[in-house]
Amino acid sequence: MFDKILPYLLSGISVGGQYALIAVGYTMVYGILRLINFAHGDIFTAAGFFMVYLCTALPVQISIPLVIILTVLLGFTVERIAYKPLRSAPRMSVMISAIGVSYLLQNLMWYVTGGLAKQYPTIPWISNSITIGTATTKVVTLITPLLTILLVIALVTIIQKTKIGMAMRAVSKDFETAQLMGIKIDSVISTTFIIGSLLAAVGSVLYFSNYTSVTPTVGAMPGLKAFVAAVFGGIGSIPGAVIGAFIIGICENIIKALGYTTFSDAFTFALLIVILLFKPTGLFGEKTSEKV
Amino acid sequence: MKKTLAAALALVMTLFGASALADTVKIGVFEPASGDNGAGGKQEVIGIEYANSVVPTVEVGGKTYDVELVIVDNQSATDKAVSAAQELVDAGVSIVLGSYGSGVSMAGGEVFADAEVPAIGCSCTNPGVTSLCDYYWRVCFLDPFQGTVMANFAKDEFGAKTAYVLSQLGDDYTTGLATYFAKAFEEMGGTVINEQFTEGTSDYTAYLTNAVNGGADVIFCPTSTTVASLLINQAASMNIALPLLAGDTWESSVILDAAKGTSLTICMSTFFDENDESSTEAAEFVKGFKAWLNANADKKTNNGGNDIVAAVSALGYDAYMVAIEAIKAADSIEGAAIAEALPTVVTTGVTGSISFDEIGDANKDMAYIKKANTETVAFDFVKTQTVAELAE
Repeated sequence: MFDKILPYLLSGISVGGQYALIAVGYTMVYGILRLINFAHGDIFTAAGFFMVYLCTALPVQISIPLVIILTVLLGFTVERIAYKPLRSAPRMSVMISAIGVSYLLQNLMWYVTGGLAKQYPTIPWISNSITIGTATTKVVTLITPLLTILLVIALVTIIQKTKIGMAMRAVSKDFETAQLMGIKIDSVISTTFIIGSLLAAVGSVLYFSNYTSVTPTVGAMPGLKAFVAAVFGGIGSIPGAVIGAFIIGICENIIKALGYTTFSDAFTFALLIVILLFKPTGLFGEKTSEKV
Repeated sequence: MKKTLAAALALVMTLFGASALADTVKIGVFEPASGDNGAGGKQEVIGIEYANSVVPTVEVGGKTYDVELVIVDNQSATDKAVSAAQELVDAGVSIVLGSYGSGVSMAGGEVFADAEVPAIGCSCTNPGVTSLCDYYWRVCFLDPFQGTVMANFAKDEFGAKTAYVLSQLGDDYTTGLATYFAKAFEEMGGTVINEQFTEGTSDYTAYLTNAVNGGADVIFCPTSTTVASLLINQAASMNIALPLLAGDTWESSVILDAAKGTSLTICMSTFFDENDESSTEAAEFVKGFKAWLNANADKKTNNGGNDIVAAVSALGYDAYMVAIEAIKAADSIEGAAIAEALPTVVTTGVTGSISFDEIGDANKDMAYIKKANTETVAFDFVKTQTVAELAE
């Protein structure tokens, strides 16, 4: 019995880890800017394409750090160009700007790549097959959840222990007061985007090592599900996003195992609706009290 | 002085303009260059472009017309296909070739029918393409036939009793072919496990695990090449021993690249085999096409970087030749007149003789079954299968 369930659990945990790395990017930006960064999934896709193109010229060991740097630069630039000028504008305008960036990135990638799927390069060792019990899978499937948890612990430590972390917490509690207390809002926000993009880049390396074809719209579905995970865990809460992502990843695969393959996506979004109805703040979300 | 110059210039321009307009007949190429089926669409287009380089003119009413190809990208998406089809109609094409993918062909069909522009499908195999549209013809075989062929092959070659059938929800080609396969397989006494995935799915490990746990002997998964490359990759890393069977779409270099170096068994039915020397037309086409590919670097890139002749390129070539014959038979460049002449066209193409039945389908009765060789990275020919053999 366990033999039969094991492959589903493995892929569930692996998918969950990938959603988690994207979800953290969503939840951090939301926590600080109260903005749902719709372009996040496309930054994740762009990281995939960076790797495809860099690997044609450079060895993998150099490509991976370069991909991370380029992705961070892209995330930073998007924030500076599309979100920063709208800092004092209504929140809806920033949201629409985010949707615009998302489509711009998608179409740019479409234009550059000609719209065809690109084969992701094989990264030595992590793309190898490994057998656990009766299930055969890739090494990356096992690395993903471990690396995700390590990265998240590191991130939580940064937020709890460092000065910039303290600034982030202050900004997320009260934007204006933090500004009055002398916190440089812009650098805090930039840092948030840099961390989010960094995790998206790592997530993309793990994701595409498992699912090796990159298309301009490939980030849309994982992006959307990571967003659901962030809401499920309580948007703004990092551990919440991670736990939400793992739950969604595992549930999806269990539903497929039960034979309801057609409904696995529907389940994810039905879950979103149910959560919004019964627990709008999610599993670990903070209760917001109206300030007078 | 200025006036004469202007007058002369105007005269030249009218002459030039008029002659350019009067002596050109436009053939629309309705194909995906991007999206899930972009790779296959590009191969079909190069077949058409090669045909155009072989026969660049057509005689109508005693006058020689240059054939101009108008190529649009329908992006493998049914919603984009309608505006791409409209673009062709607006460009004033006399006849349309394509598309790779049945769903987009059906979506474009209505636009062509409204504008009275006939269309010839090259490799779209869903019955609905022609049966639901009076202005669509096609030069390839149909999915009920292809599904039956693969069901027989699964039973004969692999002794399969249980088949796992995987298709994409809402995609006309894959669901159609999967249904016909399942029907034929069940009629032969087999058991079918049917499952579907949604567009944008990346993780197929759960589906493959379902196939193994369900006790399947073969997996029939007639998906797009983009999905196929993910599926093959994951099947290889899971060490799936079950044979993967699919339809014509899988005869693509994308499949070969994905399967390279693995121990998977991958077989598909297709329309054409470049090593089949029984037909002189085919042999001549293969020789000419390879030379043309090797002389045009960008066309070779569109073919996937090699000079293997894809069946869809051969069908694209045939569709173009049928279009030329139809224009000649109609002796007109008006869409409606060509549509009237099309049913009477009978030619010998590189994929066999072509004549149409009353629905608009080519009377094709032979499929080639091929296997992906994971060592030489090429397709090995397995056998041919005809309808007559199936009836026995």
